[in-house]
Amino acid sequence: MPAVEAKGIGFSFGPLRVLRGVTLSVERGSVLTVFGPNGAGKTTLLKILAGLLRPSAGAVRVEGVELSEDPAAFRKLIGVISHYPYLYPQLTGRENLEFYARLYGLRQPKTDARDMLETMGLSSAMNRQVSGYSRGMLQRLAVGRALLHGPRVLLLDEPFTGLDHEARENLTALLRTLRSDDRTVLMTTHDLDGGLDLADRVAVLSGGSLVVDLPAAGLDPAGFLALYDEAVAKGRALATGGQARERGRVGERGRS
Amino acid sequence: MRAGLAHAWTITKKDLRSELRAASAVITMVLLGFLVVLVFSFSTEAGSKDSALARSGVLWAAFLFPGLLAVGRSFESEKEAQCLEGLLLCPVDRGAIYLGKLLGSLIFSFASGFLVLIFFTVLYDVGLGLKWLALLGVMFLVAAGLAAVGTLSAAITAGVRARGALLTVLVLPLLVPLLIGAARCSVVLLGPEPWNGLGLWPVFMAIYDVLFMAVGFVLFDYVVE
Repeated sequence: MPAVEAKGIGFSFGPLRVLRGVTLSVERGSVLTVFGPNGAGKTTLLKILAGLLRPSAGAVRVEGVELSEDPAAFRKLIGVISHYPYLYPQLTGRENLEFYARLYGLRQPKTDARDMLETMGLSSAMNRQVSGYSRGMLQRLAVGRALLHGPRVLLLDEPFTGLDHEARENLTALLRTLRSDDRTVLMTTHDLDGGLDLADRVAVLSGGSLVVDLPAAGLDPAGFLALYDEAVAKGRALATGGQARERGRVGERGRS
Repeated sequence: MRAGLAHAWTITKKDLRSELRAASAVITMVLLGFLVVLVFSFSTEAGSKDSALARSGVLWAAFLFPGLLAVGRSFESEKEAQCLEGLLLCPVDRGAIYLGKLLGSLIFSFASGFLVLIFFTVLYDVGLGLKWLALLGVMFLVAAGLAAVGTLSAAITAGVRARGALLTVLVLPLLVPLLIGAARCSVVLLGPEPWNGLGLWPVFMAIYDVLFMAVGFVLFDYVVE
């Protein structure tokens, strides 16, 4: 059974179709990187997989659980690292993690929060308000927040954005550890180097369609770049064709 | 049910802690209430025929402005760093999130109202006694209604740029029945009228609060989705 399974995911904002029948599956303990240009629908796809948005069509299963069947179990399986840290600036690092630990129903919120701060190398700053943290510290605390409840699946939205070299290296090392720990990672990015480095499979989302989905083994950055450009153009053509067909149908309805 | 209440209380505690650390918002709320009481004190004459009526208006105006600020603030901290998304990712019932936010707003608006009432009592020479305690009870009912309506409205307007203005436009018309009840009660409690002048207004206010809390509890899921 795949850890993440999405079938025919569609999503529209009013007349704008953001996702068009996206189907993907991620095997347990593997990393899938979804590449795509700005506006391709990557963040929307991730929000749907995380249960933050309801798709207009299709269904998502995480470890065999569907959101509508058991929302709490579904959410406990997932950890999300977004562009935003989801941390309260007026609270300290410890208070932030304790808050989330309680909401995730952990038995020992104080101990678990303290242990996670230690793992993330933030013990010395745990009693400082998060508003005084550097970007790198915030990123580490955000990762700690996402891993606090021991999720089986980690969803990452542009995780390398705004990180310096050291923070990037640390995040990459952590993601490798997670993979070896049999956790599943699904990451969206337009950072070719960072995304390719970690991936077991790569996919390209363009114009709301998943136009490429293949194993990452043997792919070199230069070769993938050519493939990526071609895939982006194909996705855009599909989206434009779809819109033209849609306009045609509207026109026909108008004449009849 | 028990887990839901525990989650709600966790959210309330987090809101109280965050707001108390951002002390400027709390100070602004209380000062605004004091200022309204002070300014109106120059234009109302103690012991005049319409004194109870005028004082009643001053009290609710002084309560309402900081109260609206309090409910508006309840989603401000969630908008910073998109924390609302982080909250929605947690395995927590949406009703518990609403309840937690509502309790936070209720505590802040009632606490600021309490301070305003003390200032009002001193400045307008209101007698302390059972009627004063009853006035505090009426204030609690208004704070509960404001928190119930305001929390849902603040969630609706959380993603809008002019959310402050929009929140006021949404909340005030819905609060009119509650404010009519509050004004009727306070006229009785601040004037020479006997207790039976209160009639069924406190009951009406309590029903209003329960009704809007139930509506907010049910609709919150759709609003945040």
